[in-house]
Amino acid sequence: MNVHDKYGPLTFWEKCYLAPIMGGLWLTSEHFFRNLGRHILRAVGIKSRIMGAVTIQYPEFLRPLFPRLRTMHRLTQREDGTPRCVACMMCETICPAKCIYIIADEKLENSQIEKVPESFDIDLGLCIFCGYCVEACPEDAIRMDTGILELSNLSRNGMMLDMRTMLALQPNQDRYVKYDQNGDIVSSEYIKQPLD
Amino acid sequence: MTEGVGTILAKLAFVLVFVLNFGAVLTWVERKQSAVMQDRIGANRASIFGVRLLGLLHALADAVKMFTKESFTPDNAEKGLFKIAPAISVFFALVGFAVIPFGDKLLLGDTVINLQIAPLNVGVLYLFAVAGMAVYGVVLGAWASRNNYALLGGLRASAQMISYEVALGVSIFGCIMIYQTVDLQEIVRWQGHLLGGWLPAWGVLLQPVGFILFLTVGIAETKRIPFDAPEGESEIIGYFLEYSGMGFGMYFLTDFIETVMVSAITVTLFFGGWQVPYLMADGFHFPWGSTAALSNWAVTLLQFISFTLKVMFFLWLQMTIRWTLPRFRYDQIMRLGWKYLLPISLVNILLTGFIILLVK
Repeated sequence: MNVHDKYGPLTFWEKCYLAPIMGGLWLTSEHFFRNLGRHILRAVGIKSRIMGAVTIQYPEFLRPLFPRLRTMHRLTQREDGTPRCVACMMCETICPAKCIYIIADEKLENSQIEKVPESFDIDLGLCIFCGYCVEACPEDAIRMDTGILELSNLSRNGMMLDMRTMLALQPNQDRYVKYDQNGDIVSSEYIKQPLD
Repeated sequence: MTEGVGTILAKLAFVLVFVLNFGAVLTWVERKQSAVMQDRIGANRASIFGVRLLGLLHALADAVKMFTKESFTPDNAEKGLFKIAPAISVFFALVGFAVIPFGDKLLLGDTVINLQIAPLNVGVLYLFAVAGMAVYGVVLGAWASRNNYALLGGLRASAQMISYEVALGVSIFGCIMIYQTVDLQEIVRWQGHLLGGWLPAWGVLLQPVGFILFLTVGIAETKRIPFDAPEGESEIIGYFLEYSGMGFGMYFLTDFIETVMVSAITVTLFFGGWQVPYLMADGFHFPWGSTAALSNWAVTLLQFISFTLKVMFFLWLQMTIRWTLPRFRYDQIMRLGWKYLLPISLVNILLTGFIILLVK
């Protein structure tokens, strides 16, 4: 259907322009007075659950994250604390931004694992957060579930993420939406962040 | 006893402080009202020692920013005109308030103070003159910038403001025909009498069409959305393109002062100015017969509060319109002005004349 036919030609009443303007003003004023009333009620402490705005006051309040969100990378560990990574170079190969740099090392004492990474660096300044590295990894060695979104640094070198840092990172369960056993969302409240 | 120079200067200072504060607070109103209308919170982060005052301090932060920023002058600009144009713009926005009455007579000892800076008997004509001059600040600034986009903005401004000037004048002829005077204080006093003994004879009841036309044209005169072709932020930036620092700040302030101006004129011409329904010079005289005597001071205070509240209502209305309607295209502005507003105001004059003849 042609978009232009959707509403048909303007009626005389609509062409007069004044009535539709009044309608528009009514709509915005309705929002204005409803939200103003809610703000006032909250200010005096009545009905403080109803928000007058959808704004999340960001540094003080955080929005909960969904599990599928791709945040800063981390490397997983085996039980003995060594990295799960076997330096197979899959992630480095598939990375479209070419931001993963792995230097492999031979591992002699264990016959099951032949290679380990000597160093594993990710340049977050180049990373596009596509998550291909996580998909490609055969060992579940790299994940993007740290919940860290605030990536900024004063220099390009500061954006480099090395293996030791990534191994130390843990998934931040507090920042994620809570689910119950049926997979329904239990809590998606804003998280109040302690400001230091 | 007539007023001394001191009284006039006091009135002048009072009105200037009043209007400039309204202009400054309007920046806050604009931010906050648009936010509340759009389910947002709005600017609230400016603070002094952690005190935020609901974002009111953003007006202060704006002022500090405007004054401390470099006021840049382009190499090719006409230096003198470029510097003076914003001042001209603000000047003509401010001088209009000289004839706006904000109260009736205040008795101070045996001195009668007329609460209007300049009791001109041609008040409405003076307002037209000032509104007509307002375009100079814009056009001179645009021309002196030597920038093609600024010049385009200036051309649009002159075309828009001149074509709406015509409709502005014609739209209130009907009012003047009814009031039989162009003295604004007299116009407000006229609106104090009661129609049929109970209905205040405010201009909006006698000239509803004139009121809608005047408000539309007045909003066009402020150069704000939906009539923002001279500025056209999304296409040409507009006549103040080359201005920075306080030069821009003055154009910015002009828009807000003109908004206050349009509210004040609308209130004066159509909503009884400082009139409070049933409030006479010596107190309330209700149509059902009861009276409540009030002192001259109390009456004057009530009148001033009434005027301020009415102005604030129209400021709110103008802000609502500015944040509700999309902007007109340039040709739509011209068509609306010449092909609709002007003919409707002419027909309005004709009908008003007929009705006046019939009533007499």
